[in-house]
Amino acid sequence: MRIMFNEARSNKIKSVFLVFVFILVIGVLGAIIGIFYGNLYFGLIIAVIFSLIYSMIGFYSGGSMILTMSGAKPVTKKEYPYLYHTIEGLAISAGIPTPQAYVIEDSALNAFATGRDPKNASITVTTGLLKAMSRQELEGVVAHEMSHIKNYDIRFMMLTAVLVGIVVLLSDFLLRSFLWGGHGGRRDSKRGGQMALILIAIGFILAILAPIIGELVKLAISRKREFMADASGAILTRYPPGLAGALRKISKDPDPLVDKANKATAHLFISTPFRKKTGFVTNLFLTHPPIEERIKRLEAM
Amino acid sequence: MDPLTITGIIVAVIVLFIIFLYNSLISLRNQVKNSWVQIDVQLKRRNDLIPNLIETVRGYMKHEKSVLENVTKARSAVLSAGTVEEKGKASNMLSQTLKSLFAVSENYPQLKANENFLQLQEELTGTENKIAYSRQHYNDMVMVFNTKIETFPNNIFANTLKFNRETVFEATAEEKRNVKVQF
Repeated sequence: MRIMFNEARSNKIKSVFLVFVFILVIGVLGAIIGIFYGNLYFGLIIAVIFSLIYSMIGFYSGGSMILTMSGAKPVTKKEYPYLYHTIEGLAISAGIPTPQAYVIEDSALNAFATGRDPKNASITVTTGLLKAMSRQELEGVVAHEMSHIKNYDIRFMMLTAVLVGIVVLLSDFLLRSFLWGGHGGRRDSKRGGQMALILIAIGFILAILAPIIGELVKLAISRKREFMADASGAILTRYPPGLAGALRKISKDPDPLVDKANKATAHLFISTPFRKKTGFVTNLFLTHPPIEERIKRLEAM
Repeated sequence: MDPLTITGIIVAVIVLFIIFLYNSLISLRNQVKNSWVQIDVQLKRRNDLIPNLIETVRGYMKHEKSVLENVTKARSAVLSAGTVEEKGKASNMLSQTLKSLFAVSENYPQLKANENFLQLQEELTGTENKIAYSRQHYNDMVMVFNTKIETFPNNIFANTLKFNRETVFEATAEEKRNVKVQF
């Protein structure tokens, strides 16, 4: 109980911290774009305003956008009593309001949670998962997703996705400006002389590195979070073998591909929605820890 | 610093401590109460489903009168139970009798084909699990509350402020092993 309460609070604090760090990075990128076009403050202000609006939209409509993108449909208690009872039960166990249930018509075994806080959250499962899992296993999966909601992982993950997206956009814009040359303002930059050249060099490096680092941070965070959600999910059901069994079934799924999953939504799913590859570089870019490792930890509980 | 200021500071610190302690205990006790309401809601839901179930099953189970009677009896015991302890015991009784009813129902293939029965079975399984989960949540809350009022230095003040131990909602011996009910 204690641990989970602290997890939610630390996630809220981290979310605020994350926003500040990203505003800083975005500000620097904006300022460099501004210098490149002749006016530092102009670029800075435009970049900050743009990213504020963008992240507000992302924060408030990100959940429904993700649901639409992945082809999830809201379902009623009448259509899926089994899924509904499981979600209701675990919401009671977690002490949070019952999230809305969604279903994806897909034979792949997968599930995800999204939203900005426990009051505005949803849990999505594939029809394949509903068919393949026993009651205990489904409870394990739903408990894992419920922990993402209770611990405010969903908020943190959504913010990360939105902010990394902004950095990628800005860096892309900056790189394009370098490649195509500035308009007019460039000649004026002679005023700054060497200083401007150095700034542009820094900007160039930053523009290339920022999105990669952002992406790596996002993935590292996401992997740690999966272990946490496995553990706190087990606290909710008091039955770790349920989720372990479900993960074993998922790992044997010959077609883990969710048709409508893409890079933007991958880190949300309970197990990676793409084909498995191995190797150091692919490991760096994994959104999820290896499933065998997760099963091992659950069995040791 | 003169002794008066020092005494003043010490008194202020103690008063502040008591205020914070009091507020956090109130908030915890309200959470305990609220999670108790959750159990009650689920117990009521189960009690509402049972007459329907009995009605559906009666036509098929001609030779198992005692099984049905046990369920009805246990159901009214839950209704009349007052304290947390009594409710826990009665609720566990009812879970047991329902379990044997569903076990017996395995012998009646026609019953297993009845759409209404299957729906009720799913409803009751879901409700049983929700009872288990709400009890688990309640017991967690009680544990946090009890630990808070019993640890030092909170225990010095908790008694005077009239905060007493809350009772946990006992699980059946069987459920302790198995956590989940599956009919």
